[in-house]
Amino acid sequence: MKLVTSEYRTISRISGPLLFLERVRGGRVGEMADVRLRSGEIKKGQVLQLMEGTAVIQVLEGTAGIDAEDSSVYLSGEVAKTGLSMDMLGRTFNGIGEPIDGLPPVIPEMRLDINGLPINPVAREKPSHFIQTGISAIDGLNTLVRGQKLPIFSGSGLPANELALQILTQAQAPGSTGDEGEGRFSIVFGAMGITAREAMFFRKGFEESGAIGRTTTFINLADDPTIERLFTPRISLTMAEYLAFEKGHHVLVILTDMTNYADALREIGSAREEIPGRRGYPGYMYTDLATIYERAGRIKGKKGSITLIPILTMPEDDITHPVPDLSGYITEGQVVLNRQMHRKGIYPPIDVLPCLSRLMNLGIGSGKTREDHRGVADQLYAFYARGRDARKLIAIIGEEGLSGLDKKYLRFADEFEKRFVSQEGEDRSISRTLDIGWKLLSMIPKTEFTRIKEEFITGHYSRGD
Amino acid sequence: MYEIKGKICEISGSTVIAKGMVGAGMHTTALVGNDGLLGEVIRIHGDRATMQVYEDTTGLGLDEEVISFGKPLMAELGPGLLSGIFDGIQRPLEALKAASGNFISRGIKRRALDSSKKWDFVPKLKKGDTVSSGDIIGEVQETERIVHRIMVPPGITGTIEEIKEGSYTIDEPVTLLDGGRSISMCQEWPVRRPRPVNGRLNPDTLFVTGQRVFDTLFPVAVGGMAIVPGGFGTGKTVVEQSLAKFSKADIIVYIGCGERGNEMTEVLTDFPKLLDPFTGQPLICRTALVVNTSNMPVAAREASIFTGITIAEYYRDMGYGVALMVDSISRWAEALREISSRLEEMPSEEGYPSYLGARLAAFYERGGRFTCQGSPERTGSVTIISAVSPPAGDLSEPVTQASLRVSGALWALNTDLAYRRHFPAVDWNISFSLYYEGLKGWFAREVSEELPSLKNEAVAVLQKEGELKEIAQLVGIEALQDSDRLTLETGGILREVFLRQNVFSATDAFCPIDKQFRMLKCILSFYTVGLNALKDGLSLDSVLSCPEKASLFRMSEMPVEGFSEWALGYIESLKKRFCL
Ligand SMILES: Nc1ncnc2c1ncn2[C@@H]1O[C@H](COP(=O)(O)OP(=O)(O)OP(=O)(O)O)[C@@H](O)[C@H]1O
Ligand SMILES: [Mg+2]
Repeated sequence: MKLVTSEYRTISRISGPLLFLERVRGGRVGEMADVRLRSGEIKKGQVLQLMEGTAVIQVLEGTAGIDAEDSSVYLSGEVAKTGLSMDMLGRTFNGIGEPIDGLPPVIPEMRLDINGLPINPVAREKPSHFIQTGISAIDGLNTLVRGQKLPIFSGSGLPANELALQILTQAQAPGSTGDEGEGRFSIVFGAMGITAREAMFFRKGFEESGAIGRTTTFINLADDPTIERLFTPRISLTMAEYLAFEKGHHVLVILTDMTNYADALREIGSAREEIPGRRGYPGYMYTDLATIYERAGRIKGKKGSITLIPILTMPEDDITHPVPDLSGYITEGQVVLNRQMHRKGIYPPIDVLPCLSRLMNLGIGSGKTREDHRGVADQLYAFYARGRDARKLIAIIGEEGLSGLDKKYLRFADEFEKRFVSQEGEDRSISRTLDIGWKLLSMIPKTEFTRIKEEFITGHYSRGD
Repeated sequence: MYEIKGKICEISGSTVIAKGMVGAGMHTTALVGNDGLLGEVIRIHGDRATMQVYEDTTGLGLDEEVISFGKPLMAELGPGLLSGIFDGIQRPLEALKAASGNFISRGIKRRALDSSKKWDFVPKLKKGDTVSSGDIIGEVQETERIVHRIMVPPGITGTIEEIKEGSYTIDEPVTLLDGGRSISMCQEWPVRRPRPVNGRLNPDTLFVTGQRVFDTLFPVAVGGMAIVPGGFGTGKTVVEQSLAKFSKADIIVYIGCGERGNEMTEVLTDFPKLLDPFTGQPLICRTALVVNTSNMPVAAREASIFTGITIAEYYRDMGYGVALMVDSISRWAEALREISSRLEEMPSEEGYPSYLGARLAAFYERGGRFTCQGSPERTGSVTIISAVSPPAGDLSEPVTQASLRVSGALWALNTDLAYRRHFPAVDWNISFSLYYEGLKGWFAREVSEELPSLKNEAVAVLQKEGELKEIAQLVGIEALQDSDRLTLETGGILREVFLRQNVFSATDAFCPIDKQFRMLKCILSFYTVGLNALKDGLSLDSVLSCPEKASLFRMSEMPVEGFSEWALGYIESLKKRFCL
């Protein structure tokens, strides 16, 4: 390995966040660069591409102030790394890992490539531990499992942050996470392009819940350089891997807002004059997002785990927009917030129909939650879907046109939203969630039950009336 | 073997250009850079060769060396493939883990097959026999389940001078031919080239999946091809996995192409424990996995489907029925698109290269039922089940359309059905099978002459149900005639009882074709008898509240054993109740 580092004064072109450097010898893809301005200011950059001695460098803090004449570029020879240490718990950093809490820099225990490496599929351990979030729509119908990646699909103005914070604080309540065992619990919070108000909201939440000492925060604010956003989730996950797989922690990672991340990716793509894909996002966005989301999971023989809850905004509440669409293709389910329900005053405004937890079955059933769990969830879904159909029908033919049974389904759907989904601030145990489910199911005649085993129906039907 | 050395002059994502590469051939492999990353030449221009690199290029530098050996990307074929798990370029993931730990690092090279393991070779031919391509010279018990037939590699002929018996590694010669040539238990084949066969056969046998909606409504034939498109979370992977578990195939090759790591973990942990419903052997004994998850290098993802199908063809050549599961072909197409755009090729629809359709067709064409080369005479097949992940679930996009043009069955998954947890979420309105006519003989022979007409009746009821629902939405359900309301109810029963199938239920996960037939017969008997009863003046209520209707809902959970007797009794009791 060549250790000669080299300084160049050969900037030929500056375009958006990119800078083109000529006559580069031995440059490496992904290596970090320092761009020194005439003023003495130094900006960080990264080599994206190398062609015939020309290096394309993305400048993290933006190219403003760089000029081709007087600025120089120093290639470090080293790919992007971040320092890691247990002292980072309780600390706050900017989007590229520099402390912004006024405290001294951290002395790293190790420095790792922020891109990480793919987990060997044979090294993965199958997730299997139920995480009780205290939220019925999640625990009951779309159960979160340790090591899962489960995003929240939100719309602008919907309370995704509140929900995320609630999950964070309730999921860590003692005894609530099943066999917590040896592993300790910590949080990594990575924010891309959020407002100062949102940052405050989370900070206050962490403080009030007492989680702040176990939380590492990486924040890129809305008015911080956009290109830094490409680094923030990677640094956050590198920290999470360190905590989970070196230190044995169960780590909950929140990444918000992935839509801002994707927009930064799009910005680089168009600056590189790449052929854009759907809505201008680069064609490789699926793969790029996968290298982030797939870092969640468990590893055989390791105590810790990474559970990832990315938050993203669906532009115009459109679930088919590339960011939610590609995310949904990678993550292990999704929790979808709905504007109409929010307007109706339902909190959390989770529309359970498009929600999914693909790992649910691994975390539920006897010995984990309850033996009737699967059946209750399936039956609630079937009834609720029918109730929603009935709701659509009355828009056309009025309630009088409905059969007696359909009227029951209609009422069921209303009650389901009011009593099951809606739960302002309440932290529900899983058995309470399922009991509420049974009460609601009992609104419908037994003969309509097609998804629950007979034995459970006799045991639970009408129980709580 | 010759060696050509060049120097890296451009790097962009997974593509690398080196100069000084005069003499390097298209589609030959090369070692790229100081770490010796594996690459494949995909374009030549003057002394410049462009390579797609199968490993992450982060940290790769200009001026580093590139060495080409003039050999195409090969698959290694021999005993040890089954129960193995390989990445897109057939590196064994277990060995990679032993070499680099829990994460896959760059530049590790490992042979696909274990060269230290000894296998018991049992000769089938003797000294003096003349052999040519595809002849079976001997056998090895590869797993509890599968006998691995050692074949003369394509293109080789000769007379046997010595044939051995006993324990050998895959590299040791087990047969010596005249002229000093030898045959070992392992052969190589360039993945991008189809292995030779004698001739193609008609698809006339059902590929039994054990899933009612597929076997009865939209069947695929052995050697056929079905595509499974659907938005995220509609159940493509569950379909692929249930077919890998329950379908009646000798060999399963499962390609996890650009999808989730945890899904592969699930296969890896479940398959050794789950037993094949037909043979009672652990499923892993008939399965080979090729896995290049979404976060693994994109160029190796592009190669993964070729590695997978080459393994499938190899077992086909032994005379086996192979099922190839691809999840998902869209991720392959995206890899192709990414490489193409790095080459600055002129994009066509949605940025995909103009040769997308041709490449896809060439891949799918490698499936089919064939007479194999060599003696003894035998037939083998590769049935392809390919998941497609259309952006926003929109089937008009290029990958779905290109796949559709060459596929024989469409199993379209519907987001709305998935939202209501109706699984498998197969949209019966747009799905189809072109194999049905060809399979009628098989159905008549193996199940019942009656099945095709029952199926038609079921489809008609579902169709009518759809129309009636629309009418009911306008006039209210109370305005419909009783017979129409019975049709609505029956449509509901067909959907809820017959089409829906719970993969998480031990009893229902696999439904034998005979049980499918009888379930359908019971439901439609209820319908016919009910319609007659209405004609005879009975009330709709009395039909709908009879215990026979309720018991239809228990059918899917009833054990297979004794089901046919139950069904006969059921129809008797229906008749007793309504047709005095
Ligand atoms: N036959 C089935 N029975 C019961 N549940 C099912 C069935 N098929 C799918 N599901 C449910 O739907 C979920 C999503 O299915 P699956 O992972 O197969 O979707 P997918 O189409 O492969 O999605 P993606 O494109 O994102 O990979 C499963 O986790 C499971 O909960
Ligand atoms: Mg899938």
